[in-house]
Amino acid sequence: MEHYLGIFIRAVFIENMALTFFLGMCTFIAISKKISTAFGLGVAVIVVLAITVPVNNLIFNLFLREGALAWAGFPDVDLSFLGLLSYIGVIAAMVQILEMVLDRYVPVLYNALGVFLPLITVNCAILGASLMMVDQDQTFSESVVFGLGAGVGWALAITALAGVREKLKYSDVPEGLRGLGITFISVGLISMCFMSFGGIDI
Amino acid sequence: MATQKEVLIDPIFNNNPIALQVLGICSALAVTINMSTTLVMCLAVIFVCTMSNLAVSLVRNRVPTNIRIIVQMTIISSLVIVVDQVLQAVAYDISKSLSVFVGLIITNCIVMGRAEAFAMQNGPWLSALDGFGNALGYSVILIGVALVREPLGSGTLMGFDIIPTVANGGWYVPNGLLLLAPSAFFIIGLFIWAIRSWKTDQVEEPEFEIAPNGQYKEAI
Repeated sequence: MEHYLGIFIRAVFIENMALTFFLGMCTFIAISKKISTAFGLGVAVIVVLAITVPVNNLIFNLFLREGALAWAGFPDVDLSFLGLLSYIGVIAAMVQILEMVLDRYVPVLYNALGVFLPLITVNCAILGASLMMVDQDQTFSESVVFGLGAGVGWALAITALAGVREKLKYSDVPEGLRGLGITFISVGLISMCFMSFGGIDI
Repeated sequence: MATQKEVLIDPIFNNNPIALQVLGICSALAVTINMSTTLVMCLAVIFVCTMSNLAVSLVRNRVPTNIRIIVQMTIISSLVIVVDQVLQAVAYDISKSLSVFVGLIITNCIVMGRAEAFAMQNGPWLSALDGFGNALGYSVILIGVALVREPLGSGTLMGFDIIPTVANGGWYVPNGLLLLAPSAFFIIGLFIWAIRSWKTDQVEEPEFEIAPNGQYKEAI
């Protein structure tokens, strides 16, 4: 149990997707003008990450890994080079299925997430988390916790940035720095704050 | 109709993918700690972006619009797999240090964005030029950031000593901050400031006008 708690805390704070690995930056910067939309997007990312990372873990371990196809009678086949293509396929398919399921059964959440759901397919944080899962050779249960933690960390970061930007729009920023420039610098400062978690050893 | 020269040159400063279109920032920050990984990353993006724009533009009239995203994704990820496998065969160390970021070119919004915005409407030659130009704009920013980060952060450039550091008996105390994540944000922020002071038409409109401070006039 402690092991899993450790993975979760590490994924949320110490190895935060957005602020230490710079994943999902495009959406991170583009959709952080208002807290409410940022939070909605954050929730969508949590849901999608918590589903796709474990699914990709299963695909990697059952089909792609060297020797994984032994059950089908091909013990020497190594399909790991097909990884990228399968992960992105799984993500695109998952997002599509999730969209249809939500539309049918939880219309409230579907309306709240709105256009963000399809956008998530091209969010690097989702693919990045799957690739990291493969890199770190996680087991299935570890990947569930990791996916969830990575999503929570990302959501936390985008909500924090949206909070800063909502206040920032009232301030008098030098002309050339206005908008995108000052956003980058504030992300840098937030990222510095998150680095203080780096000393925690779990 | 844009001319070939405009399509190629515009994205470098006037319509830079990172500084103005806010595309492809993810990898821009993570790989810029040293110059050699940056250059490899730039070459990979230039290759993928040019080829994917070309391929998408060639099939644009045969693909039904509602499955175009999947088609684009498949084209892009096949190209990225080629790059990944070549890197692992030719430059294993660099491909290790780039780790997941080569794979992330798939979701790099520049590739996807240009395929969707430009290659779906234009002919193959112009599209390839547009992909090349946008990837060049991306590379200019990346190389600029790496030029600041590597020499000041570790005193080297492409692995050669540029500034003799204290650890090697020189005089320069390396600035550790530049090797850490936040510095990339600051540097890109300052880059954007520099570009916008030069090209003033890119400045964003303020959402709120600051009213003149009339409250304390009597005291003065």
